[in-house]
Amino acid sequence: MKKLINAVEKVEEEMILGLVKSAPDKLRKLDCGNVVVRANKKEGKVALVSGGGSGHEPAHGGYVGEGMLDGAVAGAVFTSPTPDQIFEAIKAVATDKGVLCIVKNYTGDIMNFEMAIDMAKDEDIKADYVVVNDDVAVKDSLYSTGRRGVAGTILVHKIAGALAETGASLEEVKAVAEKVIANVRTMGMAITACTVPAAGKPGFELSDTEMEIGIGIHGEPGTRREALKKADEIADELLGKITEDIDYVGKEVAVIVNGMGGTPLMELYIINNFVNDYLGKKGIKIYDTMVGNYMTSIEMAGFSITLLRLDDELKKLYDAKADTPALKR
Amino acid sequence: MITNSQMIDILKAIAAKIIEEKDFLTELDNEIGDGDHGINMARGFGAVVEKLEGMADKDIGSLLKTTGMTLVSTVGGASGPLYGTAFMKAGAVLKDKNEMDANDLVAAMEAAIGGIQMRGKATTGEKTMLDALCPAYDALKAGVEAGEDLKVALTKAVEAAEKGVEYTKTIAATKGRASYVGDRSIGHQDPGATSSLYILKVLLANV
Repeated sequence: MKKLINAVEKVEEEMILGLVKSAPDKLRKLDCGNVVVRANKKEGKVALVSGGGSGHEPAHGGYVGEGMLDGAVAGAVFTSPTPDQIFEAIKAVATDKGVLCIVKNYTGDIMNFEMAIDMAKDEDIKADYVVVNDDVAVKDSLYSTGRRGVAGTILVHKIAGALAETGASLEEVKAVAEKVIANVRTMGMAITACTVPAAGKPGFELSDTEMEIGIGIHGEPGTRREALKKADEIADELLGKITEDIDYVGKEVAVIVNGMGGTPLMELYIINNFVNDYLGKKGIKIYDTMVGNYMTSIEMAGFSITLLRLDDELKKLYDAKADTPALKR
Repeated sequence: MITNSQMIDILKAIAAKIIEEKDFLTELDNEIGDGDHGINMARGFGAVVEKLEGMADKDIGSLLKTTGMTLVSTVGGASGPLYGTAFMKAGAVLKDKNEMDANDLVAAMEAAIGGIQMRGKATTGEKTMLDALCPAYDALKAGVEAGEDLKVALTKAVEAAEKGVEYTKTIAATKGRASYVGDRSIGHQDPGATSSLYILKVLLANV
């Protein structure tokens, strides 16, 4: 393992401290754990809390700030945070308007957030949650845990965060978060695995001529392994799966071409070149495009494509002000 | 009969076994999941050993409850809430007891499995820890009801759990992160079922 770290057991804490020190007037770390909150708590709004394992930077701490999250909880690398950590985050940001947790659809994340929300309710904090499941690589059926939550989660943070900032009710913020979830789809692939620091070696091996299609964001293998193809052919397959899942034709979309952490922008722009042409040919209008590392899998090389179907309400919230370390608008 | 001081030894022995098998459990998880099962369980049981210091005068229920709460707050992932809930539920059944007999163990295991099913919304045949624990429970209960010695009944329970772990190799995961790789999970044994087997084996070795 070759990484710029000091000690395996300090990775998460030092990462969070470094993030907070990059924006000391805007962010604060709680003393009790790896929890990032806004430096200045804002009352009179629904507080948004997200979180998950570490290794997805800038998610989720990088999205704490005006117009997006109020708090983010970082678990160990690729491991859901524990209920007591999440509960501390909820307590720190809770207002009388309530708290909405944005949870990605993983068994562990849901269990830990549910337990934390139960603890919050015991202390008379109004708390609820939504589950993001945008990954079309996984079949959503009775026979699986359902689709994973991946890069589309950032758009839930953005849009629900914008509405929360206006002082909307918990029910209204939850409803708009669910509207985003219903309209956002993502699929990803990888050309290299990544190494969890505590494991010390890659999660899987891929030769120079192979790729994994349908990967998640935890260094796990995808749904299929096959021979590496040209960038355009890969993007074509991912876009095919995404646009099969919901109908985007004639609609306006927000696009994320997301790097998994180890792919240069050069390659992401090559992908975006194809994405833009593909959507144009299909009669899908691009409202805005984000290209970069928004939801990563440590140093994995690969990318995901996210499409969010927009209407006037979502467009307005998408454009609203955001001032966080990782996303400004 | 298991006394509270024996229970402390058992919990410490479970921790030692989990820590010893950390790399193997992680390797199993790499194949079908996200490669952290051993790391997370070892961190959690390491914390349990620290918590058990100074609890020599506590009843078995308190020991198990503390173990469960420590696992919930240190393991993370899905294993934390699942094993944590299991130990807490078993602790609730054994509240205020300073010794437990075979019937107590059956009742505690039933509550533990119920907790896992409730928290994980899972059942057998989904390639999870339940595929080791449920057949083990059935064997233990049958043995105890037939009047067998605890050690004999537990031996059969461990054999059933071993078969359960083997069975997980033959099926695809439909719960947890392993379900994302679908049929690619066939051929690999489930890490959670494996760690459950270790816990039962340690229990057998210490009664």
